[in-house]
Amino acid sequence: MKKLVIYKNRCKACGFCIDQCPKDALSFGEEFNDSGYAAVVSDENLCIKCGTCYRVCPDSVFELIEE
Amino acid sequence: MRTLMKGNDAVSEAAIRAGCRFFSGYPITPQSEIVEYMSWRLDEVGGSFVQSESELSGISMIYGAAACGLRTMGSSSGPGFDLIQEGIGYIVSAELPTLLVDVVRYGNGLGEIVPAQSDYWQVVKNGAHGDYHCLVFAPASVQEAVDLVSHAYDKSEEYLNPAILYYDGAIGQMMEPIVLPEMKEHDPNQFAWSIKGRGGEPQKQVTSKCYYEYTTPESYVENLRTKYAAIEKNEQMWESYLTEDADLIIVAYGIMSRTCKEAINVARKQGLKVGMIRPITLYPYPVNAFASLPDNLKGVVSVEMSALGQMVEDVRLAVNGRKPVYNYATGKMIPDTEEFISYVKNVLEGKEESV
Amino acid sequence: MAKNLVTPKLISEFNRFCPGCGHGLIAKMIAQVLEERGVEDDAIQVYAVGCSCFISTVIKADSIQAQHGRAPAVASGVRRARPDAVVYTYQGDGDAAAIGLSESLYAAYRNENTTAIFVNNGVFGMTGGQMAPTTLEGQKTATSIYGRNTELTGQPFKLAELIAQMPVAYVERCSLANAKLIAQTKRAIGKAFDNQLAGKGYSFVEILSPCPTNWHMDPVKAYKKLEEVVAEEYKLGVLKDSKEDSK
Repeated sequence: MKKLVIYKNRCKACGFCIDQCPKDALSFGEEFNDSGYAAVVSDENLCIKCGTCYRVCPDSVFELIEE
Repeated sequence: MRTLMKGNDAVSEAAIRAGCRFFSGYPITPQSEIVEYMSWRLDEVGGSFVQSESELSGISMIYGAAACGLRTMGSSSGPGFDLIQEGIGYIVSAELPTLLVDVVRYGNGLGEIVPAQSDYWQVVKNGAHGDYHCLVFAPASVQEAVDLVSHAYDKSEEYLNPAILYYDGAIGQMMEPIVLPEMKEHDPNQFAWSIKGRGGEPQKQVTSKCYYEYTTPESYVENLRTKYAAIEKNEQMWESYLTEDADLIIVAYGIMSRTCKEAINVARKQGLKVGMIRPITLYPYPVNAFASLPDNLKGVVSVEMSALGQMVEDVRLAVNGRKPVYNYATGKMIPDTEEFISYVKNVLEGKEESV
Repeated sequence: MAKNLVTPKLISEFNRFCPGCGHGLIAKMIAQVLEERGVEDDAIQVYAVGCSCFISTVIKADSIQAQHGRAPAVASGVRRARPDAVVYTYQGDGDAAAIGLSESLYAAYRNENTTAIFVNNGVFGMTGGQMAPTTLEGQKTATSIYGRNTELTGQPFKLAELIAQMPVAYVERCSLANAKLIAQTKRAIGKAFDNQLAGKGYSFVEILSPCPTNWHMDPVKAYKKLEEVVAEEYKLGVLKDSKEDSK
């Protein structure tokens, strides 16, 4: 069972992952991270753990780990 | 065992025997022999040679190889040495050792291929921007050039600073009987800083040290000041000749010092008490040689093959107002003994203007 | 299924690139490629100036910073000084195609056994978005405020095509425009390093990358521009693939 880990303090809210996610599972969160960005959050119900966000993120925000 | 060798070839062989295993350069008269010699000799000792597409690219390759801990060498003249300045700036900033040879030709811009001493300012007062000095060694003979190669490498590594071997085209081209040193092995891995792939250790960087080592303004300044103060205190080299009782002291280096010595001997026979200070390091300038001047001394004459006189400024600084200083700048000409002695007489009779 | 997808160990947790900048993505892929081949401890990266200069803070391999434009020459010295290292250069537009054009061409001309990564974002980023050789016709930059006039300044510079004229092992132009093209970029980077490990000679990968800050657009639009506008001028694909071993 894979789990999507989000390192929210690495996120710069560029939005590329949101644009590339095939399931529209990602969006800007409500809270700001330590750098002042509205870090990305994932909707568990929509995420299919495909790893696209991991592959397109310039800031290594995502990891996909076997639980 | 003495062997007859041309200056440029002897310097190249001396570098090989000091452990130099990378050279990159571009032909320009009067130092092309160095490029040519290295092109076949380095291969024989397992080193690498690249005839670079320009001196600018060449010094960059030297920078890369030096960062990996190798003993490296570059050489050029005149406009080619201009292109090397950018690389010197980076090598000095990264605090790496290297040996660069400047075989001096005369004249601004393209200039002429005849020997000269008119690049003193460039090597001593700098061509790259910033707060630094290169160690500058000025041999007066082929043997001295050979001996200074090994010394320059040692000092360059001790102070982590580039060294320049600076001699005119005459010394580069002349053949003299010399004794070459034994072959020495150099281990590039002996330095903690040498780049080879991190091998499981933390990342090492080679760049301006202000980015990762001297990260406060104070530490950066402190490092520079300490380094150059130590060099100036410990590394001055010169030769004094008949100065203890001199009425006039000549200051001359390189090929000029040899013609001056001959002229001084002739002058002494005529009863003129002339002596000479011969700088061997141009940076650090051998100010200690001027520490005690004879009471009877009437003046100090700086003799150089340049149009304006360049070293004369440093002679003035070293003499520090105690005696008058004279500028005998001969352009591209090697002075005639007769002319020179008549100038000396004029100075002693108060007929020449000091600077 | 597959193994975990984690941050490469070579990569720093934080980087100074602008939001959406392609450098972070390229850095991550280089790190993955090196780690997948087990050569991260043998890698020496030679980089220069511009935004590329941050690469040493992001990829924690041994690094040498060259003068502006001179990275391929510095890398040539490193290549000979350290025959067993994995040597690569990392440069932007000004570095590889303007001030350093001669060094870029000569490293290819000598078919150095090194890997060259060229990040093409159409501007000089670090210094505030001035015109680069790769700037598109009509593109507004800090030194072409009415749009680039190619009659006066020359056409957008095709460095990959020039390199492909040299006797090199491999040249490919890639793009970061979307997930599929990013995957192709990673494959190209992998091929470029595999060539070096096999001693095949010079491999050059040009990567079309966005500069949201100096293109004055938000990152998602900048990535779209790569796909819709930049790729019209800069054709993607393999420009050279020499199958022979080079000495």
